[in-house]
Amino acid sequence: MWNYEKRLQYPVNITQTNPQIAQVIISQFGGPDGELSASMRYISQRYTMSDKRVQGVLTDIGTEELAHMEMISAIVYQLTKNLSPEEIKASGFDKYYVDHTLALWPQAAGGIPFNACEFQSKGDSITDLFEDMAAEQKARTTYENILRLVKDPEVADPIRFLREREIVHFQRFGESLRLIQDDLNSKNFYAFNPQFDKCPKCK
Amino acid sequence: MMNIPMNQQQLFTWINEISFACNDIILYLDTHPDDEEAMNYFNHYSEMRRKALKTYEEHYGPLTIDTAAPVSGKWYWSTQKWPWEGGMC
Repeated sequence: MWNYEKRLQYPVNITQTNPQIAQVIISQFGGPDGELSASMRYISQRYTMSDKRVQGVLTDIGTEELAHMEMISAIVYQLTKNLSPEEIKASGFDKYYVDHTLALWPQAAGGIPFNACEFQSKGDSITDLFEDMAAEQKARTTYENILRLVKDPEVADPIRFLREREIVHFQRFGESLRLIQDDLNSKNFYAFNPQFDKCPKCK
Repeated sequence: MMNIPMNQQQLFTWINEISFACNDIILYLDTHPDDEEAMNYFNHYSEMRRKALKTYEEHYGPLTIDTAAPVSGKWYWSTQKWPWEGGMC
């Protein structure tokens, strides 16, 4: 069960619209390494994860990713608020606008819609945690790519916060992988899949 | 009802019931923000929920992060069973 908190995890107060940069940042909403993908990945993986502490990490990071999706959405919303048809045309936002007006819709910067194929829930603890660590690094790279294009400090500030959280999450998933491996056969981590095979005495 | 001592299962069921009462009245209040009777109903159940969650945490461990204060140096949030394992805590 979830409860909503009526606040952003980190403040977003953008006073200058910029539909061009909004079209880039929207990738972190519905793109391949975006926050929606991140949240769905962790929340899907947690049921079969073979360690309660790691189930906790997946639950709590999956929850935080929803808050990050909300921050990205707030950034895109504020960057495209009250645009005139002329501004929409001049900025190239017309291709998004024709289908969604100024509403939020999960897509990548290139217009590809959000798709569950952007993440995996494999049912193998080592495989899933490596995917999660890679996902955090891919999101960090995307935020760094965004920061090279953003000049407005009101936009860059919350983006920098989100980038830092990717690094913290990578660290926590690394520790989670260690917790899993500590319970496996130290001579062969792949001797059995702790989410599927029954092999408690393999140590 | 909170005056009658409850076991873990009874208290958990009670929390589910009063929490659902809150979930449901919230939806009604969103579209009827001036309905005083509904607000009293919400106040009544949300206060009971607050107390019940605190009581549950003190005896059996936390159900929400705001009641997850470490007891006797142990972080029960991630070390007790998760709900999809059939555990009620």
